Amino acid sequence: MIALDALFLDEILWVPLLIVLLKVVVVFVVGLLATMLMVWFERKAIAGMQNRIGPNKTGPFGIMQTLADGIKLFFKEDLIPNRSDRFVFALAPFLSFVPAFLAFAIIPLGGDFRDGNGGEVTWFGHVTKVQLADPPIGVLFALAISSIAVYGIMLAGWSSGSKYPLIGSVRASAQMVSYEAALGLSLACVLLLAGTLSTSGIVAAQETVTQWNVISTGIVPFIIFLIAATAELNRPPFDLVEAEQELVGGFNTEYSSIRFALFYLAEFMNTVTMSALIVTLFFGGPQPIAIGNFVLDIPVIPNALEGTLWLLAKVLVFLYIYIWFRATLPRLRYDQLMDLGWKVLIPGGLGWFMLLASQRMARQNDWNIILVTSISIVVMVGGYLLLQAAFTQSARQRETQGQMF
Amino acid sequence: MELFVFGCAALMVVVGAVGVIIRKHPVHAALSLVLTLFGVAVLFVIQEAHFLAAVQVIVYAGAIVVLFLFVIMLLGVDRVENLRTEPLTTQRPLAVIVSLGLIGVLVAAFATGSGVLQERGAGLNIPDLLNDSDANTKQLAQSIFSQYVVAFEVTSVLLVVAVVGTVLLARRTKNSVAENPK
Repeated sequence: MIALDALFLDEILWVPLLIVLLKVVVVFVVGLLATMLMVWFERKAIAGMQNRIGPNKTGPFGIMQTLADGIKLFFKEDLIPNRSDRFVFALAPFLSFVPAFLAFAIIPLGGDFRDGNGGEVTWFGHVTKVQLADPPIGVLFALAISSIAVYGIMLAGWSSGSKYPLIGSVRASAQMVSYEAALGLSLACVLLLAGTLSTSGIVAAQETVTQWNVISTGIVPFIIFLIAATAELNRPPFDLVEAEQELVGGFNTEYSSIRFALFYLAEFMNTVTMSALIVTLFFGGPQPIAIGNFVLDIPVIPNALEGTLWLLAKVLVFLYIYIWFRATLPRLRYDQLMDLGWKVLIPGGLGWFMLLASQRMARQNDWNIILVTSISIVVMVGGYLLLQAAFTQSARQRETQGQMF
Repeated sequence: MELFVFGCAALMVVVGAVGVIIRKHPVHAALSLVLTLFGVAVLFVIQEAHFLAAVQVIVYAGAIVVLFLFVIMLLGVDRVENLRTEPLTTQRPLAVIVSLGLIGVLVAAFATGSGVLQERGAGLNIPDLLNDSDANTKQLAQSIFSQYVVAFEVTSVLLVVAVVGTVLLARRTKNSVAENPK
């Protein structure tokens, strides 16, 4: 049996088929619209922070600016450099565009998760979930997709047959592979508490604010995830891939017309998807804000639709945070980037994961919590000191023997 | 439906595998390898081994082949290699003998042991995926971390040893260059 949508379990009927098709279209259209509005929002917000006006001519508040830019790009000449590898050059934009949309499929976009409802809604007499796919591997799908997204950037840089794009893409691949480890470790902390891989299961487990994973995993995994996700998205301050002062435009220097537009679209789409994923994993996704028995309920609107509104509000906060990062933080140096990933985030994520695992073990077996915690802290301090000793030793060796890499 | 998906996935695997051999350019060969790995992941999904499929994509397609490509780009070996020059002259006849032997062993294994799969499958505890979508992953974790925990840990030690060995071999310092100048 092949894993299909739960609606198709008995036999394939017309109405469920139409529901699934509708979901596919909605996810695609919402993705495109969100990207378009995100580009406008980013330009407008950054303009505000820099005391400029930003786009204001096309449509009300310049909201149609992205559409106008898209149409302009569509009609521009499509150049393929002479020294490029034509097939890979044409393939690369799609390799970065398709994963950006695929990852959006597993985000629960709404539905009633309150009182153990599991987010199921009834459409035309069929019970379904307000998300395109709820695969058994759930969040791992997002991880797999984000590891595939490296190919688009990497091959774009290589196939251009030019120096700067190649440097950009080599940087990108090293950066994305390194930060994926930190991303996976902080994700593991969430999965440890949720006990399930499915995204709707993770959302259903976060009913009140104290059950939100950002609090119940103790904020550290969330910070690691946020930093690693920013690096994974190649957004400032980790945008060494397209550092315009040194690399002209980075991996997409040789691209023009619609191919360039696809890269641009994928980049912003990935930002939206990653924000939605952060909200799903750490901030309860479509769950309303609830403290104890008090639920901040929006009157009149049915609960299932309210989920969508809550998700939208939470995602907007993270989109604004990403714009804020871009407007305020200066770009890291390459060695700083690698040091942060390998020497801070990965050991930190691993240590925190062990701590959570030992706490869980202690609670299940009724061990003395204080004793377990103090032993964990001693072990973690010991590990930290060993790591620091290794760093000092390697720094000393580098000074006496000289670095050749 | 299952047959259709199997056909598509098998086609991906075979086309990718042939591509790895016949494409002259190392980058194209590596991309064909990605196609093969994806096909294998789809085959895992039809067998309901979702976790294996995800790990296949994350580890093989997402990390290992990316590192292959990274090395190809960084070392600049992305020019077409001249296949006429042969550093080890006995390599080709030996390769033919070994591959024929491997095919022989595989055919013999399939011919004699076709019933083994069904016999061994009979005692297996099949997870109930309809009620618990994580049943598969849980069963896999239980067998890795209880029954096969020693093999699992020894494999991870092996990987660490390999990494440390590579770093030691590839490490060059100013002193060592001064001792053996090129």
